[in-house]
Amino acid sequence: MSDNSGQNSMTIHLKIWRQARGEANGRFVDYTVGNVPPLMSFLEMLDVLNEDLVKKGEEAVEFDNDCREGICGTCGMIINGVAHGSHAGTTTCEVRMRSFKDGETITLEPFRAGPFPIIKDLIVDRDAFDRIQGKGGFVSSNVGSAPDGNAFMVPKEAADNAIDAAACIGCGACVAACPNASASLFVSAKISQFSWLPQGDPERTRRALLMVEQMDAEGFGDCSNHGECEAVCPKEISIQNIARMRREFLKAAIKG
Amino acid sequence: MTRILDAKIPGGPLADKWDTHMMDSPLVAPGGNRRKFKIIVVGTGLAGGGAAATLGELGYNVLNFCIQDTPRRAHSVAAQGGINAAKNYQNDDDSVFRLFYDTIKGGDYRSREANTYRLAQLSGGIIDQCVAMGVPFAREYGGTLANRSFGGVQVSRTFYARGITGQQLLLGVYSALSRQVAAGTVKMYPRHEMLDLVVVDGKARGIIVRELITGEIKRYDADAVVLATGGYSPVFYLSTNAVNSNATAIWRAHRRGALFSNPCYTQIHPTAVPHLGDYQSKLPLMSESLRNDGRVWVPKKAGDKRAPGQIPENERDYYLERRYPAFGNLVPRDIAARAAKVECDAGKSAYHSDQSVYLDFAEAIGRLGKDVVKDRYGNLFSMYEEIIGDNPYDTPMMIYPAPHYTMGGLWVDYNLQSTIEGLFVAGEANFSDHGANRLGASALMQGLADGYFVVPRVVANYLAGAKLDPVTTDNDAFGAVENDVRENFQRLLNIKGERTVREIHWDLGRTMWNNVGMARNREGLTSAIETIGKLRGEFWQNLALTGTDKDLNKQLEQANRLSDYLELGELMARDALMREESCGGHFREEHQEADGEAKRDDKNFMFVSAWEYGGENKEPTMHKEDLVFEEVVPKTRSYK
Repeated sequence: MSDNSGQNSMTIHLKIWRQARGEANGRFVDYTVGNVPPLMSFLEMLDVLNEDLVKKGEEAVEFDNDCREGICGTCGMIINGVAHGSHAGTTTCEVRMRSFKDGETITLEPFRAGPFPIIKDLIVDRDAFDRIQGKGGFVSSNVGSAPDGNAFMVPKEAADNAIDAAACIGCGACVAACPNASASLFVSAKISQFSWLPQGDPERTRRALLMVEQMDAEGFGDCSNHGECEAVCPKEISIQNIARMRREFLKAAIKG
Repeated sequence: MTRILDAKIPGGPLADKWDTHMMDSPLVAPGGNRRKFKIIVVGTGLAGGGAAATLGELGYNVLNFCIQDTPRRAHSVAAQGGINAAKNYQNDDDSVFRLFYDTIKGGDYRSREANTYRLAQLSGGIIDQCVAMGVPFAREYGGTLANRSFGGVQVSRTFYARGITGQQLLLGVYSALSRQVAAGTVKMYPRHEMLDLVVVDGKARGIIVRELITGEIKRYDADAVVLATGGYSPVFYLSTNAVNSNATAIWRAHRRGALFSNPCYTQIHPTAVPHLGDYQSKLPLMSESLRNDGRVWVPKKAGDKRAPGQIPENERDYYLERRYPAFGNLVPRDIAARAAKVECDAGKSAYHSDQSVYLDFAEAIGRLGKDVVKDRYGNLFSMYEEIIGDNPYDTPMMIYPAPHYTMGGLWVDYNLQSTIEGLFVAGEANFSDHGANRLGASALMQGLADGYFVVPRVVANYLAGAKLDPVTTDNDAFGAVENDVRENFQRLLNIKGERTVREIHWDLGRTMWNNVGMARNREGLTSAIETIGKLRGEFWQNLALTGTDKDLNKQLEQANRLSDYLELGELMARDALMREESCGGHFREEHQEADGEAKRDDKNFMFVSAWEYGGENKEPTMHKEDLVFEEVVPKTRSYK
């Protein structure tokens, strides 16, 4: 295999977490992939591995992925101990093989957190995020009831802050990276987005209370300001959102 | 026998058709009446998720299915540049009629007037609804909504949220959906794939699905079924689509009797990351919005492989500006894509490969400053840098056309109803609004117009008027269809051959790209039909699969989807062969003007093709819907 980068292809060793469905414990299994061009994406390298496995009559390694351009939030694994790998601001599917060395051994594990049970191999269940969203991650505006788009005037700065928070792709890396398995960055991004916009104002109290309550009920831990979430977030969502969520929650708790 | 299809277009003036039609249609009264009706919606993108949420708000009993682990990941999420609406906020003479006209012309006069007009009419309300739901559109400093331009138009009517407009609109849909799921009006089925349609007494009454974690096959009944499962670009293997995007739901409905229209109308997007190697799994899109400020060029001299910075200004050919002075870099997608191919075929390309051209921001950075350019396109620039390793602020991007969107799809009438009663098709999955080429920023518009406004009304009208007998999953029809689904999986797992799903899909993709891609001719299409037939034979004899159907098994999922692409690809080639003209994204080399522009044949081809499935390895039958233009006069499309 070759590409046009002019760089030589590599041999990559892998230690991959394999866990059958319904199995309580998994184990690391060693694999090797040869002829890996530097421009190849990380998931394409795993595609090659899977083709080799299928040809040998073995079961493919299962991993979630879809858009392969960093926007859908489907993919995610721990690459050498770091959620989405050590390169900041990227999802697993955006990782390129040029960030590894020829002969390197790469360890792959699923996102590990109590509220994210492992389904199979590197795939975890992140349904808890949907349940948190259902508690208040919306503006209750039915189709048909909207005023003209320009009836809401939003200062550019507020709109920019709102979209900075709204850029969250719900991948769950923040939870996987947090020593407490806290979902604070994910939840705060949604609460923060609506707190910057006039449309979100009527429900802000209810939203903050119910979403935080559901986060706790799902078994996510508390935030103790480690900042690991921000460091691994592929969309570089700021932990300032967590501070903002705390203010929203405090105000809501006082109001009741 | 060729049938002529009736699109059931309401009478009266174009501008009044939708309102008059709604006034004339029966309603279902609110409250308990609506809850009695069960509606299946497959897909959770802008069209499917929007329809499910809105039907839930109205009080219907909705079952919503998606293959992703959560509805927020449907492929609408990946749309970058924006969404059109005839708001005329920029005071540049935009109007509903102008948006309608641009869309009809952009589609090379191969779409249905009444549908396209309705789309333009509903566009303004989409923006209002999205804003009310908290979608953070880009704003001016004064607080009003910002706009930009997209290809094929001369007004600024595109609303956007940085380069992540699709994501933001989808999260709006997802939030509305989450609210309905929590309220109990919508039951959500993530990681469930529709594998077949159940038709009882001629009406769509349910679906068979596979639960993707356990492999369990399940039956669901309903009073109406809505398919909003997107397009079929991955038939080319390499495309801008997500790797799980597939045509299985619409293709299985086609096999059950829904006619398939204009399969050959595919959109090759001009600006994607070029082909890098034979291991590649997709071609990430670089948004059309980049052409607002980016200038497309190639070296004037064929074979010039100097680095772009070493090619002086007077040795560069800004070929779009030269050939199309009125629209310049913002010509429609089909024209920009074909122009890139013409240059590369003549040996003029970017240094990276023979199939790439430059998209250059140096002029924009000089004029606007780096910060403004970063604010507009920052996320796209970093995405590009991640892939290629070059920084587009300093080095021009290298881009090449890639399969992106499919205008063809299941045939629907004005009410988005397919040829199977009670089966509605919305968004990219249907064929109706874009003709032979879709304008940029109009897919999001159609998805939400269908989802928020059209589907909820037309489905309600159907339910109010249809005389539906009670049907449950115990009905024999469910058992028979479920049996077909189970047998199909056994057939796949019993092949035990030697070639992987990816290898066969890659071969199909190369055949499609080379013969049913940007330029097509009789010889190539004829050979493609033969090659695809052989590949299908190879697939069913030599496919390698491991694991079982009673487990999470993505290789099996992809094999099942590929089996449908191997039939659909052939139909695309047949449709392209039948259409002896060039229009929009369908370019037949035999039919071009002296200057290389598309040569349409309105006398013989002013119709929608609608194919009837003939059976495995049997020829399909073509039916037709004649296109009648009452408001616009079709003329030669020019962007010069």
